[in-house]
Amino acid sequence: MSLRRNKPGERGQRFLNPVNFLVPILSLFVVACGGDHPQSTIDPATSDFGPAIQDLYLTVFWWAMLILAVVWLVLAYILIRYRSRPGDPEPKQTHGHLGLEIGWTIAAAIVVVVITIPTIRTVFRTQAPAGPGALIVEVVGHQWWWEFRYPAEGVVTANELRLPVGRTVELQMTSADVIHSFWIPRFGGKRDLNPWVREPDDRGPRINRLTFTVEETGVYLGQCAEYCGLAHGLMGMRAIVETEADFQTWVQSMQSSPVPETGTQADRGREAFMTSTCIACHSIAGTNARGVLGPSLTRLGARTTIGAGLLDNTPENVAAWIRNPAEFKPGVKMPGVSEGGGGLPPTGLSEEQIEAIAAYLSSLR
Amino acid sequence: MSDSTASSKAGSASARSAAAELYTDPRGFGATVWSWITTVDHKRIGIMYASAALFFLLIGGAEALLMRIQLAVPQNDFVDAETFNQLFTMHGTTMIFLVAMPMAVAFFNYIVPLQIGARDVAFPRLNALSFWVFLFGGLYLNSSFLFNAAPNASWVGYANLTSTQFSPGPNVDFWVIGLSIVGVSSLVGAINFITTIINLRAPGLTLMRLPLFTWMTFVTSWILVTAIPVIAVALIFLAADRFFATNFFVPTAGGDPVLWQHLFWIFGHPEVYILILPSFGIMSEVVSTFSRKPLFGYPVVVYAGILIGFIGWGVWSHHMFTTGLGPIADSFFVVSTMIIAIPTGVKIFNWLATMWGGSIRFTSAMLFAIGLLAIFTVGGLSGIMHASAPVDLQQHDSYFVVAHFHYTIVGGAMTGLFAGFYYWFPKVTGRLMSEALGKLHFWTFLIGFNLTFFPMHFAGLFGMPRRVFTYPAELNVAEYNMASTIGAFIFGLSSLIFLWNLWRSSLKGKPAGANPWGAPSLEWSTSSPPPHYNFAEIPEVKSRDPLWTSDVPPEKPLAHDEEPLMPSPSFWPILTAFGISLTWILVMTRIWWVPLIGLALTAICIYSWAFQPEFREATQEQG
Repeated sequence: MSLRRNKPGERGQRFLNPVNFLVPILSLFVVACGGDHPQSTIDPATSDFGPAIQDLYLTVFWWAMLILAVVWLVLAYILIRYRSRPGDPEPKQTHGHLGLEIGWTIAAAIVVVVITIPTIRTVFRTQAPAGPGALIVEVVGHQWWWEFRYPAEGVVTANELRLPVGRTVELQMTSADVIHSFWIPRFGGKRDLNPWVREPDDRGPRINRLTFTVEETGVYLGQCAEYCGLAHGLMGMRAIVETEADFQTWVQSMQSSPVPETGTQADRGREAFMTSTCIACHSIAGTNARGVLGPSLTRLGARTTIGAGLLDNTPENVAAWIRNPAEFKPGVKMPGVSEGGGGLPPTGLSEEQIEAIAAYLSSLR
Repeated sequence: MSDSTASSKAGSASARSAAAELYTDPRGFGATVWSWITTVDHKRIGIMYASAALFFLLIGGAEALLMRIQLAVPQNDFVDAETFNQLFTMHGTTMIFLVAMPMAVAFFNYIVPLQIGARDVAFPRLNALSFWVFLFGGLYLNSSFLFNAAPNASWVGYANLTSTQFSPGPNVDFWVIGLSIVGVSSLVGAINFITTIINLRAPGLTLMRLPLFTWMTFVTSWILVTAIPVIAVALIFLAADRFFATNFFVPTAGGDPVLWQHLFWIFGHPEVYILILPSFGIMSEVVSTFSRKPLFGYPVVVYAGILIGFIGWGVWSHHMFTTGLGPIADSFFVVSTMIIAIPTGVKIFNWLATMWGGSIRFTSAMLFAIGLLAIFTVGGLSGIMHASAPVDLQQHDSYFVVAHFHYTIVGGAMTGLFAGFYYWFPKVTGRLMSEALGKLHFWTFLIGFNLTFFPMHFAGLFGMPRRVFTYPAELNVAEYNMASTIGAFIFGLSSLIFLWNLWRSSLKGKPAGANPWGAPSLEWSTSSPPPHYNFAEIPEVKSRDPLWTSDVPPEKPLAHDEEPLMPSPSFWPILTAFGISLTWILVMTRIWWVPLIGLALTAICIYSWAFQPEFREATQEQG
């Protein structure tokens, strides 16, 4: 259901992009703001959803500019031409003009119709169901992280959405607690995740969907767009779009977990992880860790960030996070070494255990 | 009473001592305070509304500046997440419910009875009740800061984040109770103004001769009367969920958080017009007066206002395009929202046509009216962008939307109210506001406002969501945010200039005379400030702009014994307001019978009030 002409790499109509005109204007009084905008709403990387919105935005934008120009020019003319001068006679006391009134009402109505027609076409096209063969990903929002489940592939991961390039994706979205909103601007618009306990095979109206086909490999930034409580500002995510072959390799890898060699620090970390409260909330594929309250840690070492896009994924950061996650994310439901969290007591892990666990998790790549 | 008779004769000598006489009590400070808290004079109540709204404006503005400091640079730690969430929740709640609405109500109070040639509103004591309930509600809401428990669930308070499970503290209690109290005030006030405008118009003042500001007050009051009950239902559901363990919005128990969004926005979108229509009314009068021309297309402007009031009821789900209502519902709300743009656009063209061919005087009031025309249009047009549902999927809850609604609410509603202040200040105080300071205010406002909010469009287009306490540097929106912060401080400074001008001019401004602008409507026929009975003789109106086209005789001061009998002061309104507020506040105890104490107090007050005669000649205390 490709809506439009865009081929990968060619992001048509760039010259019409209003920001290309307005940034120079703005930079007259603000420091020039060049460079990359990884979360830009006006730089779509998909072939359908994003460009459909972008086209519509440009249509409305240029109509708005036209109206603004007319109003401002007329206003400027009036202010210069009809300013009061000493000795002015009393102005002619006109009360109205039926023809003019009808004229500008009709003009406004025409502009509105011209904008409304493509809008409604786009509403229906962008909400059409994905065809067969689409990759289904169930997105579940949590305070303050993202769960991504691939039911057909049997994969569960968190905060980093992996997608194959060029294949239509259907996100089926719900929330486990409060309302969140999924937004990766370069894919297209956002949609809310409403709280809903999803039954197997549930296709009900409470499940919101987004459908799109990404045409460029790369890393895409997104974050929660509906205020969801204390750490709403820290609920980031990344989408990693890769070739179909790389995606399939990743799917395979997510079915199991590497086992560290006996006697290594990572092995001691595995031991500490599996015998502490960690497994009450976290899962790691192919192990006894099957908790569902916290994010899955399967192949954590292969992710680029931890804490929902908050910290670079290094063993040091993982250890620091385990020590005191609330230092990085206020309100986090994971307990630290000496502070409880989410109704759980402090973990009481020793420094040696923490570093071992960090080594173990980083080895899961 | 003999001494007050004497002072009355002296007071009628000049506007200066008339003002002193009207607003202070010759018997000293305590008596002055007592005369204000028991007053039922619509003019004094209007002044109190404006003063309270300006006080809350300072609080809401300080909250905004703290937020702007936090957001000036990425990953800032000037305030923590919890504080920031409280700041933006209280900033929105304060600016909407405690600043923009009561500031408009201040003008309703002071100006409408004068514009329609009435001696007071229809229910003077209810009017006092409205004010005190509003003040108590606003103070109670802000008292939450003292407990470090200010509301933190955003001004829209989306369920189920507001449930006890996800907001266990008292923060949301303060919000739901505070708004419930303030809502009582709006409802009572609106009924009062509808009744006043229908019943108390001067002879000959037909509906189609009403000044535009009175018309827009009328429309706004109808919207209030119909919209406030909807938010009241939502707040009562929420209060019941929180205090009595019901499950209206709790999904795990079969409730529905999306229901809150519908109820909130069925109120919330008409609320937008509650904020903007009074300013449209002020705008219509100021543009006409300072162009020295009647309003172009008066009936069209009136009907456009009424139409906006009606259609405003059918557009609420354009706040919910991302909620997932499906393409049919989305399309319906696209169409209704687009339709409402037409009467709004028509008003803009009518103002332009009013100025066309006029003789435009650039007073401070007129500058703000012109500013409204120029700035509000920007906000209206970005509104068209997110009326287009798919486009809104990108812009919703981003800084683009923050820019949009500040261009409408500050650039439209507040700018209109500023124009109103400059326009009617001479009527209220008998003195002119400093034009030099007024122009300084205007230009610093224009620069500060645009520097604050225009860059937010870009921050939003580049993917910065709203209500985030910080943002990563990699979004590359730091420069826009820094610009906004600098602009916010200029804006803050401009507001201080305005307050200074109000204060200074009320003491030292030049005497204004009855009609300093050569304006056409009735309020300008009586003296400045008007006597407490407004008009010695109710004028007869023969046309739409009575002071321009027909003879309304100038006001003649009356001797004390000739003064019309006015409603007597009463302390029951303030006590009743206290009882109503107390009832709600005691709900916080979560013990079912405790609020009954407040209810009993309220009942006693209403009972006593009902048996106190409205007119008590023997206790007539005003000079």
